[in-house]
This record gives sequence, C-alpha cells and structure tokens, in this order.
Amino acid sequence: MIYLDHNATTPIDERVLDAMLPYLKSFYGNPSSLYRQGRFAHTAINRAREQVAALVGSSPSQIIFTSGGTEANNMALATLPKEGRLAISAIEHPSITEPALRLKHKGHEVSFVDVDQHGLITEAALDNLIRFQPNLVSIMLANNETGVIQDIAVIASRLTEKGILLHSDAVQALGKLPIGFDRLGIHLMSVSSHKIYGPKGCGALIFDKNVAINPIIFGGGQEQGLRAGTENVAAIVGFGKAAELAQAELVQRNEHLAVLRNLLENCLTTIPGLTIFAQAMQRLPNTVQFGIPEIDGEMLLMKLDQKGVAVSSASACASGGGKPSPVLTAMGIEAGLAKSAIRISLGQTNTEADILKFFNLLKPLIGQGSSS
Amino acid sequence: MAPEAVEALCDSLTLQRNFANPASLQHGFGERAYNLVETSRTKIARYLNCKSGDLIFTSGATESNNLAIKGIALDSQRNGNHIITSASEHKAVLDTCKYLESIGFSVTYLRPDIEGKISLDQVLSAITTETILVSLMHANNETGYIQNIDQIAKALEQQDVFFHVDAAQSAGKLQINLAESPIDLLSLSGHKFYGPKGVGCLYVRNRKGTHLAPLFHGGGQEHGLRPGTLPTHQIAGIATAFELANNVRDADYEHTKALQQAFTKQLGKLDGVYFNGNQESKLPNIINVSFENVSADALIIALRDEVAIASGSACNSGAVEASHVLRSMGIEGDRLYGAVRISFGRYTTLEEITWAGQRIGEEVMRLRELALE
Repeated sequence: MIYLDHNATTPIDERVLDAMLPYLKSFYGNPSSLYRQGRFAHTAINRAREQVAALVGSSPSQIIFTSGGTEANNMALATLPKEGRLAISAIEHPSITEPALRLKHKGHEVSFVDVDQHGLITEAALDNLIRFQPNLVSIMLANNETGVIQDIAVIASRLTEKGILLHSDAVQALGKLPIGFDRLGIHLMSVSSHKIYGPKGCGALIFDKNVAINPIIFGGGQEQGLRAGTENVAAIVGFGKAAELAQAELVQRNEHLAVLRNLLENCLTTIPGLTIFAQAMQRLPNTVQFGIPEIDGEMLLMKLDQKGVAVSSASACASGGGKPSPVLTAMGIEAGLAKSAIRISLGQTNTEADILKFFNLLKPLIGQGSSS
Repeated sequence: MAPEAVEALCDSLTLQRNFANPASLQHGFGERAYNLVETSRTKIARYLNCKSGDLIFTSGATESNNLAIKGIALDSQRNGNHIITSASEHKAVLDTCKYLESIGFSVTYLRPDIEGKISLDQVLSAITTETILVSLMHANNETGYIQNIDQIAKALEQQDVFFHVDAAQSAGKLQINLAESPIDLLSLSGHKFYGPKGVGCLYVRNRKGTHLAPLFHGGGQEHGLRPGTLPTHQIAGIATAFELANNVRDADYEHTKALQQAFTKQLGKLDGVYFNGNQESKLPNIINVSFENVSADALIIALRDEVAIASGSACNSGAVEASHVLRSMGIEGDRLYGAVRISFGRYTTLEEITWAGQRIGEEVMRLRELALE
C-alpha cells in the first residue's frame, strides 16, 4: 500500500508519539490544577507553545491552541467587527468559505478575490480588493490542491498600508515552507498539527496582539480566556514536538520531496495531453495536481485504490461531490479537465520506488501501455 | 487514562496502523479510519441506549455544552429568548449563558438548596412562554450531588422546551439510558472516564425538530454540526474508555464507595469537619469537605506536592476564589472559604486514601496551631 495523500493528513512521526505517551499514561493532570500533576501538564503546554512559536515565527503568547485548523479559521473570521466587510480568495478551504458565506447570510458584505489561471492573486485583483475597503481579508498561504504559494508578504504590505487586517490559512504551508508570522506582516494565521506528522485534534490560531479575538467557546478561562476547555495536553505536546522536528528538518525534508517530485513530474510529462496545474508557479514541494483530458478522475482514484495506491482528487473535506474542484474552476480550468484532476501529495516516508510503482500502475489505467 | 484506551488511541496514529483522515473516502486508508469512527460511535451509543446517528464528536464537554446551549439558543431565537439553568453549573454552561445574556437572552439561574438539589417545582415554575431551554448537570463536579434528571426530563417532555444535561462528571459512573430518559441534549467528556482529553460527545435527540446552529462552519463533518477533521485516535480512545467504564461501572462504584467511607471515617475523627452537600445522593468518588479555622488555599498549597486536592473545579482553580457551587447552595463564611474537593477514582488504592487522609489530618492540625500562635 502506497500513501500519496499527505495533504489530507499525515501519519504521526514515531518520535512525536513517543513524546506524547508520557502525557497519556503518567502525567494525566489537568493543566489548570495547582498540584504537581497539574503543574507538569502546564509546563508541557508552555514548552509546546514555544516549539510552535519557533516554527511559525511568533512569540509564544500569540498562540491560541484550538481543536484544529477548522476552528482556528472560524475564530479568525469571527474577528470581523459588527457590520464589517470581509474578503476571501476564491480558492480557500471550506473552513474559510463556509463561515464567510454564513457571515454573508447574516448581512455582512463579503467579496471573493479572483485568481488567475495559475492560481495567483494578481495586482489587478488586489487593487479591486482594496477598493472594496474590507475590514478583514483571508488568503491562504499555500493551496491544498495545487500547492500554489501566494506572495503573502507583498499582499500584507499593500493591505496594511490601508489599515486592512489580513488572515492567512497556513495549514498546508506549515512545515513545508519557512514561515515567519511577524516577517510576513499578517495579523492572523491558522495552523494544524496533523499536516506536519503530529496528532489530529490540535491546531492553533496565531494572532497579532492588536486584533480583538472574539471567543467562540466559553467557560473555564483557558488560553488567555480566548478558547475555553481542558487543554488537550498530549495532542498539544505532540504538536509541539512535530513543530520542533519540522523546523530542525525542514531543509532535508524538502530536498527529499524535491527529488521525488521531480521524478514524478518527469514521469507524468511523458503522458500525452497531461496537464500539471500551475506547474510553473512556486508550489509546495510535495504537491502535484494534474489532469488528463477524457479521463474520469473519480474512476481513476477508485482503480488506483484497488491497486493499493491512495491519492485524492481535491480536499478530503470536499471529496465525493462529483463536481469539479472549486479551486480549479476559479483558475478557469475547463470543467472536463478539472473533473479528471488527481492530487498527489508526497510525504517523508515515500520513496522513489513508490513513485515508480504509482506511475507503472497509472499508465495502463489511462490507456498508456500495459500493466506489468 | 485506562491502559486499554491508551492502546486504542496509539493504534490509530502511525503509518502502519489506522492513521488516515476519515473524510478521505476516496481510498482504503480513509475508509478504514471512517469505519473506526463509526464503530466507535456505535459503541458509545450502545451504552447510552441511543441511536449512533444522534451522537456528534466534539473537542470535549466544554465545546459540547457551548454547542448545545448556543446552538439551541441561536437557532430557536424566534421561539423565545429565555433559558433556565442553575447557579451550580460548570463554567462552560455559566459563561455560555453569560455570553447569551450579553446578546439579549434572559437567563434564570436556579439556586439549589443546602444539599445541592434543584427541585422539579423550581424548574417548572421558572418556565415562561419565552423559555426555549433548560440546562442542568447530572452530577455536580464539586460536590458530586446527583440531580434527579430522569424526573425533570419526563416532566419537560410534554413542554415545548429543550432539556440539556451536562453529564461530564456522571457518564461512565452512573447509568444513563436515553431510551428511557427523554433528554434532548447530553454532553460527555472523554477524560472524566479514563479516556483521552480533547474529545467529547454531544447527543442530540431528533425530536421536536431539534436543530442546532453550529459553532463552526467548514468541511461538513458531523452532519455539518461540527466540521473539522475527526481525530480518529481520540475517538477510538473515548469509545474504548466508555465501553470499559460501563462494563466495570458497578465495580468502580463499589470501589470508590469503600474509599469514600474509609476517608470520611478517618477525617470524621477530626473536630470541626463539615461534609458539604447531601451525602447520599452523590457520586462516591467526590468528597467536598471544610475544616473549621483552616483556609482551603493554605491546605492545598501545604499539600500540593503530596496530595492532589483542589478548591472548586480545576477550571477555576487557577484563580483562587471561593466555590460558586457552594455559594449557590447558601454555604458561607469559613465553610465556604475552607472547602476542598477530594476526588478519587478507579486507580486510587485504599493505602493511598489512608495516607492522604492522615496527611490532610496532620496538616489541618498544624495549620490550626499556626493560626493560634
């Protein structure tokens, strides 16, 4: 079995699991308790907060631990002031798009920022965005389907000039790109543990101290009173460890991914008519999304699955709709080609042999040579 | 955590095991994770005697309580703006109610009697034409007092009012049978029954057209009521822990009851000891006790490296303040400021309890002598 769907979720790193185990077995205290067990847990959370802060380039006190990226994204949009105007890009994850539509339903003015055929926000779109005079803008750092990386620092400086707040969903970028929250000049950022070989059920919202956070979950006063509920100690410890490893190993991980992705793309480009979406753009080192005319993507996925290869068409959260990916649609990709889309997202445990095996399985399925 | 739950949790994390995203239904890895989530849901439903489709996974009881109360309130706004709860609820309920008050809802906070009881009459007489929701906890986290939830649920069944029960402390310790108790919403928390932290459930009965406004919006998981990637490992952990807790419920009860009796007897030898709340209708694993002329903070700090005891709930104890639960029961003065909560469990031994009782006794005596000097 070959797993090529790391943008949906990653398996946990064994070193992360080892770091978590003591907090499942022995140090079970509630971090809010004053006695020793509680203080151990409290100390462990503080260490994890420092580890995550080091990876994202913020101070530890700017981190609010949440149940994951979806909650962090929802909290980010909940900072929109009463009667505030919101703009989001046309290629956001459903955990941005859906709360944005909800805000629109409640009477807020919401605008969608176009991307070009490469999935990038253009100068013209940025000018339009600024003319809309939003209070808050949300643009993802790197796209979960195509892997395309926005130039967030440039967008942030244009918006900051006008006093507009910028949130960026960095869930896919984390651990794959060096991210400096402070350096980027953004005001809010969402990250998630399970995309960087940490456990599911844990994420964070990074916030500029000048932004007023409106809590969604009340009671208990944890996380500076901004996110109530007994802290998920083991998961937070795991997230911290995963962040530490991602930071220490970023360069070597990306070198490994670059080798694999070059091999994969070299293989794929031998197939006539195959398009790698946004191939010329700056993309995440692990992500390749491609389409083949006349091929039914869903069927192809099923056949690959039967052969023991796990890939996906789009975001796990949106899978199974039968509709073309909204991201590809926003890029102006023709519906037929968009429906054929396959996303390969590579990870640390993948090997060159995995890539070659995948390619050899793929070829006969799309009428290119026989199965070996 | 129960070792069985740790094992189930660790089995759902690594590449070799069941690690995938349960929403990745396009491949076998995801399908296996999905099946694990659904098996876990069915397991929990079996012990609550409810439909598995009526259970939603959350990040814990705080979120469950928020989702239940805000969810009903914000969705039922057109039907009324009045909520009934009690002054002895957990902060997750009280703070949510306070938030709702700030946006125009009206909330009645019923006061329990000195024993901790909220009577059916109190609930019924607080209902107005504007009432949309009654939220009460099953067992109190500070005193262990068990409300007669069944009786209240049955009385409310005939009314056009939703009934939410915070069962964070009681689930896995007391039997909850949702086929017989017409409760509309019920909150559970994994880490109170030897499961993992960071996971809980909300039961939502599909009755009276129950509909909740979600707290978050996103990828559509949990019927859209609770989007976000499901934490498979935690869900496997909570289900295993809940199954185990229900299977050993009687043994756990007998065990903690024996510890309670031993501890109560031992502390009872001291002068000026008051056990707070009704001592019969309560969870045996929670003891709330005040020592005359001894402040709770002094006792907790004196013992903090030896015996883990608390004043009030953990969520409040960061800030040292008197228990809002005891205050709501009309307990005042020394008894209020001297109250400590001792809670023990399945893995606490009689030796530990005897030793703890002895150390508490010694410190109480020492602190009293210091006060006299």
